Amino acid sequence: MPAVSETLETVQAASDGGYKWGFETDIAMEYAPKGLNEDIVRFISAKKNEPAWLLEWRLKAYAAWLKMEEPDWAAVNYPKIDYQDAYYYAAPTNKVVPKSLDEVDPELLRTYEKLGIPLREQERLQGIAVDMVFDSVSVATTFKDRLHKDGIIFCSISEAVQEHPELVQQYLGSVVPQADNYFACLNSAVFTDGSFVYIPKGVRCPMELSTYFRINAKSTGQFERTLIIAEAGSHVSYLEGCTAPMRDENQMHAAVVELVLMDDATIKYSTVQNWYPGDAEGKGGIYNFVTKRAACRGARSKVSWTQVETGSAITWKYPSCMLLGDDSVGEFYSVAITNNHQQADTGTKMWHVGKNTKSTIVSKGISAGQGQNTYRGLVKISAKATGARNFTQCDSLLIGDKCGAHTVPYIENRCSTAKVEHEATTSRIAEDQMFYCRSRGLSQEEAVGLIVNGFCREVLKELPMEFAVEAQKLLAISLEGSVG
Amino acid sequence: MLKIAGLTAEIDGKQILNGIDLVIPTGEIHAVMGPNGSGKSTLSYVLSGREGYEITGGTVTFNGMDILAMEPEERAAAGLFLAFQYPVELPGVGNANFMRTALNSIRKSKGEPEVDAMAFLKLARTKLKALQMSDDMLKRNVNVGFSGGEKKRNEVLQMALLEPSLAILDETDSGLDIDALKIVADGVNAMRGAGFSALVITHYQRLLDYIVPDRVHVLMAGRIVKSGGPELALELEAEGYAKVAA
Repeated sequence: MPAVSETLETVQAASDGGYKWGFETDIAMEYAPKGLNEDIVRFISAKKNEPAWLLEWRLKAYAAWLKMEEPDWAAVNYPKIDYQDAYYYAAPTNKVVPKSLDEVDPELLRTYEKLGIPLREQERLQGIAVDMVFDSVSVATTFKDRLHKDGIIFCSISEAVQEHPELVQQYLGSVVPQADNYFACLNSAVFTDGSFVYIPKGVRCPMELSTYFRINAKSTGQFERTLIIAEAGSHVSYLEGCTAPMRDENQMHAAVVELVLMDDATIKYSTVQNWYPGDAEGKGGIYNFVTKRAACRGARSKVSWTQVETGSAITWKYPSCMLLGDDSVGEFYSVAITNNHQQADTGTKMWHVGKNTKSTIVSKGISAGQGQNTYRGLVKISAKATGARNFTQCDSLLIGDKCGAHTVPYIENRCSTAKVEHEATTSRIAEDQMFYCRSRGLSQEEAVGLIVNGFCREVLKELPMEFAVEAQKLLAISLEGSVG
Repeated sequence: MLKIAGLTAEIDGKQILNGIDLVIPTGEIHAVMGPNGSGKSTLSYVLSGREGYEITGGTVTFNGMDILAMEPEERAAAGLFLAFQYPVELPGVGNANFMRTALNSIRKSKGEPEVDAMAFLKLARTKLKALQMSDDMLKRNVNVGFSGGEKKRNEVLQMALLEPSLAILDETDSGLDIDALKIVADGVNAMRGAGFSALVITHYQRLLDYIVPDRVHVLMAGRIVKSGGPELALELEAEGYAKVAA
């Protein structure tokens, strides 16, 4: 969501508080029959004209999923999900795959413009390549030709299945196996689209890559799958953003993101998650069950996850790093906000296997209203990981007296030369801080925005510039009405 | 003009202000002196609108506005400024960003255009130079890791930038060495003029050597017990509160 901040301001000014991205696009859609069974899996695979191996792979995942239990260890409460009461495929009915933006349905272009992603301008101005995923399908990807010159592949995963099947087959499920967990397994069976990135050896991606996910259709789940492969010595910065219309019902989003890093490769993966959080009474909102994992297979490879989680009714998400290569580095920077009735159970897993591997975790949780915010993290150091180091810092900020903050750190260390540090704080926005700001002319909301942004500074500074400005505004908007 | 009439206020059910009468005409600087526990800080907080104080009687008008009915930020927009005795730390919040946000909030409420980052930096540098402060002040987080003297200087910098028409200085001299005291006093004196008044709350006469007040008031047990010219401060210093008030 590398939106031009002015656009965001315009959207913000046009509405009077609340969720600004909650509109619905009226566009002709094609659906799979409601419900989930083997035929639906076949339907999706056929729709995408997939090779036999991928259908087999999906069916295997579906069979495994049927035998699995939905996990209940997270500190989130929600009514039992009826998996038969949703559509698993919804796509705008355009007959042809657009070759350029001129062929994209103007209604879709307008939708993304409204969301602050003026595709044409971005195409003209250069700078950020965007893949747009609308419900179950990718509707456009910009800058493909420019990137192709450097040998970079940036396209929808559906396209990658057709054009680069050998890469997809080699890496799909190699970081997050099909039966890794309940939601990842469901995703493996029914994923519909997502982004695919391949950065060849020694190439530094010349621009930010970005995917913008939009759920639009009613009663539809979004199951996207993203795969990024960074060959030796390559470098890429990738951003993702997401929004959804305001609806009374809960909608599910269960994504899987896999990152593969070879020797000396670097991936910077930034997320601004702004799914519809539900209303002030806790009605509606997205259930966000996401599995994200990076495999640092090469020596000295480095992955950095930065996430700003402001949306969703429920967030269940633990972007993780498998530090396999010697001297590989994993970082996790997170801001999670829960306001009204939002619940977030989020954190990371750092698994140290290689020698002298390093990980840093900085988590900032902000709870307001009746929001519940849990940091859950695992630092696992295997016996071979001599000289491994981890530093973890978890800070929680409470606004009001009906919200909650919880920190659940797990440390498993089997290596005597490893060094693990953990710091945690919980604080409130102090009355004297509020008064100090207000006595200088700041409104209550400006004061909270400023203090919260200060609290999150260490994380926000990890975001790419244009994202950081937007994230700051998003934090302030997410906390509207939390004081006073 | 600030007009306080019969002001009574309590905190946690305990009466602190017992009927304050005080008038500060526009363009004048008045000092309020008093011993510990006489209600000096309570007076400054009540005037600037801090929560937790219950106004039980009396009125306060500023240029004809009933400021007791206004939110703290509305008072700031109306031209009131409180220099804190203990300036508050805001971790992660850049000083420049904080001051620009404050300036723009006030400008917005007056219907004036906002100042962009570049213009603000230029303005801030001019003020810093006048106050003999380093540009470094702008880069640091609001009051975080500041020495006592630096915090007070930061208050004066904010005052210079926000250009209030009434400044309340709550024991701004406490904990200051003589050099810092001079910088603070210079900052206040530079603002002196027909459109600026100040209420200087202090314990000691020392500050008033540098900021010479038009009037001095003695506050004891929540009431102004004596008023006079600048010489009253010297008298207090020499004789002590008990004797002067008797």
